Amino acid sequence: MSTPVASTAISPRPDRGGPMQPLLNVEGLRKHFRLKRGLLGGGGAVVRAVDDISFSVSKGHTLGIVGESGCGKSTTARLLMHLIEPDAGTVVFDGDPVGGPRGVSLRELRRQMQMVFQDSYASLNPRAQIADIIAFPARIHGLGARDARDRAAGLLEQVGLRPGQFARRYPHELSGGQRQRVNIARALVLSPRLLILDEAVSALDKSVEAQVLNLLADLKQQLSLSYIFISHDLNVVRHVSDRVLVMYLGQVVESGDTRSIFRTPRHPYTRALLSAVPTTDPERRTAVAPLTGDPPNPINPPDGCRFHTRCAFAEAVCRKLMPRMASADSGAGDHLVACHMANAGSGHSQAGSAGGMSA
Amino acid sequence: MEMAETNTQATRREPDVELVKTYWRSVGERLLRDRVTVGVALILAVMVSASLLAPWLAPHDPMAGSVANRLKPVGTTGHLLGTDETGRDMLSRILYGGRLSLLCGLTPVILATLIGGFIGVIAGVAGGVVNALLMRLMDVLYAFPSVLLAVAICGVLGAGITNTILSLTIVFVPPIVRITESLTTQVRNLDFVEAARAAGASHLELIRFQVIANILGPLFVYATSLVSISIILASGLSFLGLGVVPPAAEWGLMLNALRQAIWVDPVLAALPGVAILVTSMCFNLLSDGLRTAMDTRLKA
Repeated sequence: MSTPVASTAISPRPDRGGPMQPLLNVEGLRKHFRLKRGLLGGGGAVVRAVDDISFSVSKGHTLGIVGESGCGKSTTARLLMHLIEPDAGTVVFDGDPVGGPRGVSLRELRRQMQMVFQDSYASLNPRAQIADIIAFPARIHGLGARDARDRAAGLLEQVGLRPGQFARRYPHELSGGQRQRVNIARALVLSPRLLILDEAVSALDKSVEAQVLNLLADLKQQLSLSYIFISHDLNVVRHVSDRVLVMYLGQVVESGDTRSIFRTPRHPYTRALLSAVPTTDPERRTAVAPLTGDPPNPINPPDGCRFHTRCAFAEAVCRKLMPRMASADSGAGDHLVACHMANAGSGHSQAGSAGGMSA
Repeated sequence: MEMAETNTQATRREPDVELVKTYWRSVGERLLRDRVTVGVALILAVMVSASLLAPWLAPHDPMAGSVANRLKPVGTTGHLLGTDETGRDMLSRILYGGRLSLLCGLTPVILATLIGGFIGVIAGVAGGVVNALLMRLMDVLYAFPSVLLAVAICGVLGAGITNTILSLTIVFVPPIVRITESLTTQVRNLDFVEAARAAGASHLELIRFQVIANILGPLFVYATSLVSISIILASGLSFLGLGVVPPAAEWGLMLNALRQAIWVDPVLAALPGVAILVTSMCFNLLSDGLRTAMDTRLKA
C-alpha cells in the first residue's frame, strides 16, 4: 500500500549518518518571550518558555515529551519547526546543523520534519477540500497539480480514508478522528523522516485515539519514521515512546529510557506525575494528592530548583542552586535527572539515599 | 460520526458517491431557502433593471419641465407619481435618478473593497511595523466622522459624480482596511496557517491559498452593508449641493429640491426618500441574509 512517489522534489531523503547517528540533536534550545513594555517603559518582563533544553531523537525511535500544560512542550515543538525563532541553541538534523551556512536550509528541514497539531479542526483550512489540503505542501514544493492530487489520494488510502469518499469533502464534514487522519496525511505528503505529534491524539475519544495510535505505529514501520510525541497522557506516552523527556517550567527535569523512567522515576516531579496517573486497580488507588497548586509563573521562575516551591523534599540548597542534569544511575548513564537528591555532593540531606547509589 | 470512523472497511463496498458540493454552492442553496433574502434580491433586481432600462421605461423626458404642470399630486393621469416643482415627471426622474444613486452607492464600495482589502491583507499578514504604520494612517482618516470627511473631500474637489465617488471611496477605505486587517490577523493565527508555514509556504502562498478564501465571505458581507450607507451619503452630498449637479436626476438632489414642497404635498416630497430607504434597506437585508448563509458552523 505504499504511495507511488511522483517527483524527486518530494521523494524521501536518504539516511546520511547511518543508524547510530541521532536523527535530531538539540543543544541548549531557548526561547524567552519578552512581554510588552508598559507605556512608561516599565515592565518588560520575560517569560522563560523554554530554557536551555537539550535532547536527541534516535532514528526509528519515538521520543515522548511529558509535562503539565504550560511547561513549554508545544513551544519546543514550534521552535523545532522554526515557526518561532529560537533565541539560542543548535538543532542538528542527521548531522547537518540547521540554518548554518553549510547546514541544511529551513525549507529542507521543513521537508524532512513535519508536525501534526492538536486541534484537528483548526489545523485544516475550512474553505478547502480534503485532497487540496493534503496536496498543498507538495504543491508549494513544486509538484504539479495532478501529481499532487494523485499523491493526496494515495495518502488518504494510506491513513485509512477512502479517497473516492473523502477527497472532495470539507473539514467540517468529517469526524475528529477522520480529521486527524487527514492531518497525518498532510504531514506525510512531503515524505518527512521525523514527525512531531503535538498532543495529536489528546482531543480524540479513547476508542478513536487507539485507532489513530495504531495507524501511527503502522506508518512508522512502513515509512521508517521517527516521532516526537508530545502529550500529557502518561499512559499513552508509556505505550508509544522509546525514550521520555519530563519537562517542568521550560526545563527538562528527567530523561531516559521509557522503562527506566516509569519503573524508577528519580525526580520528585516525575514521581508525582506518575502517581497521578489514573488506574483501574482499586488496590493501587492514590490516597494522598501527589501535588497541589499550580506551577509557578514562568514570568518569574523561582530561583534554584524550579520545582522547590511544590517539592516535599525541598531544602535550603534547592532554593539556592539550580540542579544540573546528571546521570541518575551508576550503570548505563542513559537516565538523566536534574535533582540535588540524585547528586551525592550536592549538600541535600537525602542525596544519594533515594534509591540509587551515586558515583 | 463514530460509525464512519470504525467502519472504514465496511464503507468500501459502497459505490463512489462523490459529495461534490463546493462551499459557494452550498451557500447558494441556503440563500435560496431564505425567503426574505430572495424577496429582497428580487426587489433589488427590479430596481436595478428599471434604472438601467429607464430610457425605455420612462414615460417622459426627465428634464422636460412644464410650468403649467407643477407639483401635480401622485396619481395624476399622465403623471403616475405626479410632477416636481418645475413640472418634471416624477416617475421618469426616479427611474433615471436610480441610475446615479445606484452608481454612487455601488462604485465607491467596490473600489474601497478592492483598495482596502489589499491594504488590510498586507497589514494583517506582514504584522509588526508595516501593520502599525498602515493602521495608524487609517486611524487618522477614521477619526473624522464619515459624513464630515465626505463633505470635506467633496468640498475641496468640487461637486460632480466623479468627485462624489472618489470622496466616498476615501471614506470607505479605512473601515474596510480595519475589517480586513482584523479578519486576516484572526486567520493568520489559526493552526492551519501555522501548518502551511510549517510546510514552507511563503507570505504570498499563505495569502493566496489560506487567507483569501477565509476572509472573502465576511468581507463581502461587510461591503454589502456599506452600500446602503454609500447611497445615503451620496444622496446627502447631492442634497448639500456637493454631489450631482442639477438638473441631473438623483434621489438626494430631488429630495433637496422638493423640500419646499413638503407643505404643499408631503407624499410627493417624500417619494425620493422612499426610494433611498427601500434600496438601502434591501441592501442591508441582503447583507444579513448572506451572513447567515455563509456561516458554515450553523450547518455543521
